[in-house]
Amino acid sequence: MGIKQVSVFVENKKGSLHEITDLLAKANVDLRSMCIADTSDYGIVRMIADDAERAQKVLCDAGHTANIRTVTAFAVPDEPGGLAKALNLLESNGVNIEYLYALITTATDKAYTVMRSDDTEKAESVLLKSGIELLDEAHI
Amino acid sequence: MDKRKYYQPEIETMPVEQIKKLQSEKLVKQVEHVYKDVPYYRDLMDKKGVKPEDIHGIEDLHKLPFIEKSDLRETYPYGMLAVPLEDCVRIQSTSGTTGRRVIAYYTQKDIDLWEDCCARALIAAGADKEDVVQVSYGYGLFTGGPGLNGGSHKVGCLTLPMSSGNTERQIQFMTDLKATVLCCTPSYAAYLGESLTEMGYTPDTIPLKAGIFGAEPWTASMRKSIEETLGIKAYDIYGLTEISGPGVSFECSEQGGMHVNEDHFIAEIINPETGEPLPDGQKGELVFTCLDKEAFPLLRYRTRDICVLNRTPCSCGRTHVRMSKPMGRSDDMMIIRGVNVFPSQIETVLLNEGFSPNYQIKLGRVNNNDTFDVYVELPPEQFDDSVKNIAEKEKSLKDALRSMLGIGPAVHLVAPKTIARSEGKAVRIIDERKLHD
Ligand SMILES: [Zn+2]
Repeated sequence: MGIKQVSVFVENKKGSLHEITDLLAKANVDLRSMCIADTSDYGIVRMIADDAERAQKVLCDAGHTANIRTVTAFAVPDEPGGLAKALNLLESNGVNIEYLYALITTATDKAYTVMRSDDTEKAESVLLKSGIELLDEAHI
Repeated sequence: MDKRKYYQPEIETMPVEQIKKLQSEKLVKQVEHVYKDVPYYRDLMDKKGVKPEDIHGIEDLHKLPFIEKSDLRETYPYGMLAVPLEDCVRIQSTSGTTGRRVIAYYTQKDIDLWEDCCARALIAAGADKEDVVQVSYGYGLFTGGPGLNGGSHKVGCLTLPMSSGNTERQIQFMTDLKATVLCCTPSYAAYLGESLTEMGYTPDTIPLKAGIFGAEPWTASMRKSIEETLGIKAYDIYGLTEISGPGVSFECSEQGGMHVNEDHFIAEIINPETGEPLPDGQKGELVFTCLDKEAFPLLRYRTRDICVLNRTPCSCGRTHVRMSKPMGRSDDMMIIRGVNVFPSQIETVLLNEGFSPNYQIKLGRVNNNDTFDVYVELPPEQFDDSVKNIAEKEKSLKDALRSMLGIGPAVHLVAPKTIARSEGKAVRIIDERKLHD
């Protein structure tokens, strides 16, 4: 299970992000979601694209450091407490979350979430057992 | 009793012509000794086609080959020793690291003459028997503590062998025992000053009258601030382990350069590119020849410090030549928090740890302390999209650098090709400390 995420290591300066989105737009890569983690020295841009391999190639060809990782993606009911329930489950089962962000979707009753944890296998089985829907590439 | 003006007046105020004569006599003997007893230097002389009989006095000094730091590494540990090991009583070592360390050997006479040099510096700074000298240089392999400690004994001062660190205890001894002279690195003097101020001491209630500060570069503005905070007169001192230790040269009350102890050392200034001696007053690399050293008598040792020599008479009455504070280095060595650091050491660690040797060092100064930052390009194969994992890589690189250098820089991993390059060549060192006026 899981979906492919493209990550780029960028200099923490004005224009870095713009350069990346520009490159991808020119290559007709469609972005479904994006999240940025930054420190005072660098930023990590994480993206879900319609074609992860093409996105990575475009970025690497332009001299960027980009890699692909499979991350967990799941859908929770789009209602108050929907995400909290999933996170409580993971925590009580000893799964630590590295990062988490929302995925843009056309579905109206579900909130799609992307996550990296320290134990993907366990996270997915915990979520599945409690009836939370896991997503794969077909959903993107 | 009036304080002494000089420690060894007949030597320190010897007429210049007489000093030159003395140097010439000593040089001839020293070259004979080194040629006979140090095979490595004999080879250097033979290669240059110069024999001891070609050296008649200081006018022939330029005929002798140089000794460089690399020669000391090559001959480690005993290759430059000029007396039987059983005649040596002590070693001291440079603040470099494994592989870079230099071990210098001393006979009892070598230590005696070194301590005389430090005693001259203390008297020149206004110290005498009734003074209490707080030595807060490190004791041990580092020459700072042992050198000033010995000099203080020679002058007859009550000596507080504090060594460095433990600021609270330093202040307690300083104030309880009314230390009048402080010997340490200028950055530690500044730090002690700040701590004393925080505790409510003012220049009037701090017992110190003078300080002798060296072993690292410091500026005129730093001197001013130390003098104001501690209520003292601050004196500069210069030296290096290879030549003996602190006291190779020292400042007098005129503070217009440091008098080189010319009865023991010949100072020359050369063009660092060509090795040609330069006339007095010109800026170049400082080279020392030891005239009296028995165990480790280096001839024409290249210090890599860029200086100017000044032979105009000094109103203190000392006749020995004055050297300027070093204005820079002719190699790429940096002195960071008192520790010698070479860029090549950093390159070695980066390669060992799987990084490309694409890095930049930034040195700054905050509250009279050096900041030391190393920027390293993260190789694509080491990239991980978790901030935590990148922070861990930074931490392990920092630990590896610390164990190589002896001091730990702040490590910053940055994206490839982001380290500035000028004319295709990376700018490796950005030193914003402004240590040289
Ligand atoms: Zn003088």
